[in-house]
Amino acid sequence: MSQILIVDDEEIMRQSLTDWLKEDGYEVIAVEDGFKALELVQRENFDVMLVDLKMPKMDGLEVLREVKRLKVDVPVIIITAYATVDTAVAAMKEGAYDYIVKPFHPEELGIIIRKIIEHQNLKKENILLRKELSQRYQFHDIIGKGPGMQKVFELIRTVAPTRSTVLIQGESGTGKELVARAIHSESPRREGPFVALSCATLPETLLEAELFGYEKGAFTGALTAKMGKLEMAAGGTLFLDEVADISLKTQIDLLRFLQEREFRRLGGSETIKIDVRIIAATNRDLKELVEAGKFREDLFYRLNVITINIPPLRERKEDIPLLVQHFLEKFSAAIGKRVDKISPQAMSILMEYDWPGNVRELENAIEHAVVISQEDIVLPEALPATILGKGEKRAPLQKSLRDVEKEHIEKILREVKGNITQAAEILGINRVTLYRKIKEYDIKI
Amino acid sequence: MMNRAIYILPIGKIREEIIEGVKSELVKVFPFPIKILSEIPNPAYAFDATRGQYHSTKILREVANYLPPDGLKILGITDVDLCTPVLTFVFGEAQLGGKACVISLTRLRQEYYALPRKDTLLLNRVVKEAIHELGHTLGLVHCSLRECVMAFAPDVLGIDQKLPQFCSSCRKVLNKMIEIFKGENEMADLG
Repeated sequence: MSQILIVDDEEIMRQSLTDWLKEDGYEVIAVEDGFKALELVQRENFDVMLVDLKMPKMDGLEVLREVKRLKVDVPVIIITAYATVDTAVAAMKEGAYDYIVKPFHPEELGIIIRKIIEHQNLKKENILLRKELSQRYQFHDIIGKGPGMQKVFELIRTVAPTRSTVLIQGESGTGKELVARAIHSESPRREGPFVALSCATLPETLLEAELFGYEKGAFTGALTAKMGKLEMAAGGTLFLDEVADISLKTQIDLLRFLQEREFRRLGGSETIKIDVRIIAATNRDLKELVEAGKFREDLFYRLNVITINIPPLRERKEDIPLLVQHFLEKFSAAIGKRVDKISPQAMSILMEYDWPGNVRELENAIEHAVVISQEDIVLPEALPATILGKGEKRAPLQKSLRDVEKEHIEKILREVKGNITQAAEILGINRVTLYRKIKEYDIKI
Repeated sequence: MMNRAIYILPIGKIREEIIEGVKSELVKVFPFPIKILSEIPNPAYAFDATRGQYHSTKILREVANYLPPDGLKILGITDVDLCTPVLTFVFGEAQLGGKACVISLTRLRQEYYALPRKDTLLLNRVVKEAIHELGHTLGLVHCSLRECVMAFAPDVLGIDQKLPQFCSSCRKVLNKMIEIFKGENEMADLG
């Protein structure tokens, strides 16, 4: 049942409005001042607020201002007996949904409220739908409704309960670590640690020390013994990112561990036996590296027991709208700014772009857009220049020179608001030529 | 078993055929005895001089005071033009799920709209409004079916489109409410 909050200092007004609205089937709560109302709207969900303009403690406009400041999503109708253009304009400027002068015709308020409730119900349905969608198409922190990602989800579910080593392949930014974390979370090891180590960022000796740990005095600077990531991950999962970048020597050590399930710290003599699941990831073609002699074949087969290939974003564009929605919600909450919609034009730019940086690049683009946006909707101009630029550069690849020329002339004409002299100057042609081209391409000015 | 009654309270001078006409129709709709109380004076206390109308909520409160101990609901019928502080006029007002309701004949008359007097049409409208407001006292809210007596009517045309009866879904709710009230009657008898 839709819930309405009435704020009026006069008891008879509250009573009268309450009775009237209850007869229409609404649930009504009436309070006598703005302070009580503001307390209530933060605790409960109301579909509409009816606020009297003239009240002694806090007037209707102040209540409205506070509702907006608190970011409470409730349409406010200002009610007054003293109608002036100024107050009406002020109310609408402050963000009132409507302004109504009492007494009003019995049908008037009913129509306004029904309209609001219908709109609110639609909004609620949208939110529900969005939630349902994300629940259905979200697996841990990974989002994807297309067949590519659904296959990944299925594989994660299949391999998670086993002890097998998993190799995750995917371009940079596709979410390899998220997949690794999902496997860990779905596995019986979920209570154990998940330890991640990026092999690309460390030189050989440091990587070995990070991986296997070291004893005191193992090398210069080893003042105390240190546990390696393998030991830290005992009982859990060790995620080795960019595994293609490890040196041939470390590959041998890793292979030995995978075979024996035991290792020794650098400078140590004690053999340490641990139970850890290895998930490796790479953005390179390991098989090619094997053929080139840069990656050990035996290690490749040890790691490649089960392979999960994450498709690049350009091959699963159907997931872009869901991902955009997810990131809009994420950054709106993180930044504390409500930007929860995207214009069709902006969405079409995102759909056109080929996303070399994959989901990570999309995530960054949406964060940028949320920061830049002035309203609650992302418009094309709020997207990063790289995306707008690349989108424009890419388009001509599918177009003829003639199409490109036409589009460019149209763009310049738009920019100079149809001024032929200025446009001709920018285009580097004389006005007569420009007129000829306008006619030839049937360009509307 | 004592069955509690619905009382009709004439407020000011109301023609007998109206009161009797309403009674005979209410008997067909509600399974409670319908009784008529003595007329009370016009509600001068509720007059709003600036609007030239009478405040229905104030009248409603007064009407509730006239409900006899054996009464279940009370319907006040007045011939003054009713309004509320927020509405330009009302045909009637009720306490939702409460004891009292009130209706006005003023805007139900054809003469109010400068049309020739039609007594049958007036009675039809009064009956529909009486059932509608009593329906509210029995807990019913407005119905979206235009023909149902519980439909909201912003004008007399809306009232004329309605039938003097409940649609099936309102009837279902009403029957449940009637069962509850009958149960309360039995409890009162036992007490």
